[in-house]
Amino acid sequence: MMEAAVKPAPAATTSERPYLQIAGLVKKFGDNFAVDHVDLTIRQHEIFALLGSSGCGKSTLLRMLAGMERPTSGKVILDGQDITMLAPYDRPINMMFQSYALFPHMSVEENIAFGLVEDKLPKGEINARVMEMLDLVQLRKYAKRKPYQLSGGQQQRVALARSLAKRPKLLLLDEPLGALDKKLRQQTQLELVNTLEKVGVTCIMVTHDQEEAMTMATRIGIMSDGHLLQVGSPSEIYEYPNCRFTAEFIGETNLFPGQVVVDEPDRVEIESAQLGSRILIDHGITGPKGMEVWTSIRPEDVRLDRRPPANSHNAAQGKVEDIAYLGSFSIYHIKLASGKVVKSTVPSSRWYEAGEEPPTWGDPVFVSWRSDLPVVLTR
Amino acid sequence: MYNDGRLSWFLKGVLALGYLFLYVPILSLIVYSFNASKLVTVWGGFSTRWYGSLFQNDQIISAVLLSVKIALASACAAVVLGTVAGFVLARFKRFRGSTLFAGMMTAPMVMPEVITGLSMLLLFISMQQFFGAPSERGFFTIWIGHTTLCMAYVAVVVRSRLMEIDQSLEDAAMDLGARPVKIFFKITLPLVSQAIASGFLLSVTLSLDDLVTTAFLSGPGSTTLPQVIFSKVRLGLNPEINALATITVLVVGTIVIVANYLMMNAQRKRDKAIAAAMRGDDADQQNGVGNAKAAVSLA
Amino acid sequence: MDLKRLLKRVKPGRGAVIGLPYLWLMVFFLIPFLIVLKISFAAQDVAIPPFTHLVSYGDDGTLNIALNLANFQFILTDALYADTYLSSLRVAFVTTLCCLLIGYPIAYAIARARPEIRNGLLLAVMLPFWTSFLLRVYAWMGLLNQNGLINQFLMATGIVHEPLQLFHNDFSLYLVMVYAYLPFMILPLYSHLVKMDLRLLEAANDLGARPLRAFWKITLPLSKNGIIAGAMMVFIPAVGEFVIPELVGGSDTLMIGKVLWNEFFDNNNWPMASAVATFMVLLLIVPIALFHRFETRQLEGEKHV
Repeated sequence: MMEAAVKPAPAATTSERPYLQIAGLVKKFGDNFAVDHVDLTIRQHEIFALLGSSGCGKSTLLRMLAGMERPTSGKVILDGQDITMLAPYDRPINMMFQSYALFPHMSVEENIAFGLVEDKLPKGEINARVMEMLDLVQLRKYAKRKPYQLSGGQQQRVALARSLAKRPKLLLLDEPLGALDKKLRQQTQLELVNTLEKVGVTCIMVTHDQEEAMTMATRIGIMSDGHLLQVGSPSEIYEYPNCRFTAEFIGETNLFPGQVVVDEPDRVEIESAQLGSRILIDHGITGPKGMEVWTSIRPEDVRLDRRPPANSHNAAQGKVEDIAYLGSFSIYHIKLASGKVVKSTVPSSRWYEAGEEPPTWGDPVFVSWRSDLPVVLTR
Repeated sequence: MYNDGRLSWFLKGVLALGYLFLYVPILSLIVYSFNASKLVTVWGGFSTRWYGSLFQNDQIISAVLLSVKIALASACAAVVLGTVAGFVLARFKRFRGSTLFAGMMTAPMVMPEVITGLSMLLLFISMQQFFGAPSERGFFTIWIGHTTLCMAYVAVVVRSRLMEIDQSLEDAAMDLGARPVKIFFKITLPLVSQAIASGFLLSVTLSLDDLVTTAFLSGPGSTTLPQVIFSKVRLGLNPEINALATITVLVVGTIVIVANYLMMNAQRKRDKAIAAAMRGDDADQQNGVGNAKAAVSLA
Repeated sequence: MDLKRLLKRVKPGRGAVIGLPYLWLMVFFLIPFLIVLKISFAAQDVAIPPFTHLVSYGDDGTLNIALNLANFQFILTDALYADTYLSSLRVAFVTTLCCLLIGYPIAYAIARARPEIRNGLLLAVMLPFWTSFLLRVYAWMGLLNQNGLINQFLMATGIVHEPLQLFHNDFSLYLVMVYAYLPFMILPLYSHLVKMDLRLLEAANDLGARPLRAFWKITLPLSKNGIIAGAMMVFIPAVGEFVIPELVGGSDTLMIGKVLWNEFFDNNNWPMASAVATFMVLLLIVPIALFHRFETRQLEGEKHV
C-alpha cells in the first residue's frame, strides 16, 4: 500500500519562513482536552495534512483555525498577524467543508460569488473571479445549476472553487474527499493536489485516511488524543516513527517490547522475551541499560525462510498460523514459541525464485531481519 | 416484503373505516347545507337559500371580517416571534433559563385553553389596574392571545426544520465572510421559508378557529366568528351554520391542497433534476445520489 | 483579555434574539399563571374587577395581607369538585386510549403505503384538522340528534324501531372527543413510524419472528416516543376541554373545563375560577413535563428505545 503512495514534489516556490504559527493551542470541552497544547509551524505553499482517527482533536484544531471554535488558550499567527481571537468572517482563511455545505438555494455561480459579495467587491471583478474559478475546476457550463443538480464529484469541485474564490491566505480542507466513494476518491486526490499547487495556496487538510494524507500532503502531522505526536514528510513518518502510536497507525508493524542490555556506539542489543532471541541494531540509539523500549519492524522487512538463518540475533522460529494471499504478495502470520504473532509480507515470486514450495498452514518456518532495519521506540 | 407499499386487506380496511369516520360528519354537513327545510336533518328538497341568508347576515359578515383581520395579524406576529424562538431553540443550545424557555414554548400547545384564556384575561385586568392599559378588551387583547398560542406552533415547525439543516451551511457562510445577522437572512431564512409558510398557514387556521381563549379576551364590541357560531349552535342545529361550514371546508380545503400540491411539485422537479445529474456522471453515481439527497433535504 | 472582549461583542445581539420571544412568553404566558395563583387566594366581591385585594394599607399604617383559602378548602372538601376532577381525568384517559387504538392502525397503514400516495393519505387525515374544530363538533350534532341522521338511518333500515338516545350522554361525549382529537394522535405516530428502518423487520423475520411478533417486539417499542407524544397531545387538552362537553355532553357530564367556564362567566366568581385553574395546572404539570421531554427528544433525533 505504501509503495502506491505518490509523493508530490515540493513546489518550487516553497519558502522556509514560517507562515502559520500555532503556539500552545488548547481547547477544553468541560474537563476534556480536545486539543492539548499543540505547537505547529507551516510554511507558505505547503500542503499539510493532520492525520488521526475520529475524535483525536484534528477537526477541533481545524475549526479553531477557521474561527468556529474559540481556543481555551494559545495563539495562532498567520503571516505575521495574530488571528487567535478574530471572528471567522474577519479571517483571511477559508474552509472546504466535509459535507461541502453548498447553499442549496443558490446556483453554482452564486455559491462561488458568495464570499466575494460579502467582501463588497465591484460587480465586474466578482464576475471575473467567478469565471476564473469555474474554469479552474472546469465547471463553466454548470454555472447556472443548483447544487442538487450536480454529481458528488462536481459538488466537491464547486466547494473547492468557492473556498478558493476569496484567495485565502490559508485554505482548510475538512476530509476533502470523505464524501466520495473509494474509486472516485483516488482519481480526485491527484486532481485536487494539482489544482491546489496551480493556485499555490497554503493548505491544511484534516483526514483519517492515511493513503489520502500520504498522496496529497508534503508534510503530515499525526494526532492522537489531542496531542500532535509527530510531524514530518510522508517518508519520514513511515520510516522513522517516533512512537508506538505512529508506527502502528501508519502502515503495519510488528512491535516487540524489551530491555536494552548492551549499548555501545555502533550496536545496541535488546532482550525481548516475546522474540526469544536478542534484537541487534547496528545504528546507535543511546539509552541507559535496562531501559524499557519497543522495537518496531515492518512486515515487509521480515524475511521468511524454511531453513534457519545464519545469525542467532534478530531471528526466531515459529509456525505458519495464517496466510492472506493478495496476488503479488502474501501476508504470513507466524506464531512464535512465546505466542507472539509476527506478520511478514512475502512477494509471491520469493518461493518461485528460491525453487521452493511456499510454506502452508502449520509449517515450521523462521523469521529474521537485517540489523539496520528495526526502529527503536522509547514511548 | 415490507417496503413494497402493498397494504394488507386489514390495513386497507382500517384506512377505509378511518376516513369514513373522519369524513362522514363533514359530508353530511355539506349535503344538508343545500336542504330547503329549516329542520336541518329533514330533507326538504335542494336549495341554496341558506347561502343567501348567510350573506345577508350582518352579524356573521362582520364576525368573519374581524376574525380574518385578527388571524392575519396574529399569524404575522406569530411567524416573526415563532421563527426567532425556533431559531433560539435549535441553535443556542444552552443559555441561562433555556430549560424554562423551552418549557414555555411547548406548554401553550397542550395547555387547556380555559386556563390560558383565564390567565391572560387576568393579566390584562391587572395591567389595566396598574398601567391603565389596555383600556378595554377587544382586537388587541385577542391578537396577543392568539399570537402567544400560534408562535409555539410556528416555533416547533421552524425548529424541527432547522434541526434537519446541516449546520455547516451557516459555518460556511461565516467562513466566507458573512456576519451572523446576514447569515440569518441570506442562508437560514431562505432554507426554512417553507416551514415558515406552513407555520403561517397553521397560525391563520388556529386563530380563525379559536373559541375559548377568544371568549375570555374579547370585549362587548368584538365578536369573532367562532363566538357567533358557538352562540348559535348552543341553541341547536342551524342551516345557516351548515352553509358557513361548507364554505369553510371548501376554502380551507382548497388552500391546503393547493399549497401541498405546490410543495410536492417543487419536490418532484428536484428529484428529477437529481436523477438527471446522476445519469450524466456515472463515475460517482453512488455518492452523487447520497449527496444530492442531502442537498434536497436542505432545500 | 481578548476573549472577554469578543464575548462582549457577540452577546448583545444574541441577547436580543433570545430576549424577544423570551420576554413575550414571560409576560403573556408565565406571569399570567402567577396572577391566577394570586387571585385564587382572593374572595369574590361586588366590584370591578370582581374580587378583593390581597394586600391593603390600614388606616393606622399597617399593611394587611388577606389570603382567602376558602376556595381551595371548598375544592378539597366538596365532593362535587373531586368528582369533577376524577371524571375529567377519566374522560381524557378513555379518549386518549380510544384515539391510540384507532389512530395507531391508521398511522401504521399510512406509513406503510406507497410513498407516492402517502402524502395524499396524510393530507386527508390533516384536512379535517385544518378546518374548524367547532364546525366538526357541530357536524356530530346533526348526526347524533334524536331525529338525526344516524337514528333516521337505523329506523329506515329497521334495525331499531325507537330512536336511540345517542345525544347528550357519555356516548356522544366520548365519540366526539375521539373524533376531534384523533388527528393529534395520528400525526406524531405517523412521523415515528415512517422513519423506521424497515430492514429491522426483515431482520426480525429472518431471525424467526412472524410478522405479528415482529410488530410486537420491534415496531411497537420503536414507536414508543410517538405514542407518548401523541397521547399527551390528546390527554392534556382533553382534561380541560370545554366546547365538546358543553355542546354534545350530557347535562350531568362533569368536566372541569365546563366548571371553570361556569364559575367565571355565569357565577362571575373569578377567584373560584382561578382556584379551579390552579388545581388543574397542578394536575397537568407532570403530563406537560412528560410531553415536553418526548417532544424535545424527538426533535433532537435521539435514538432512544
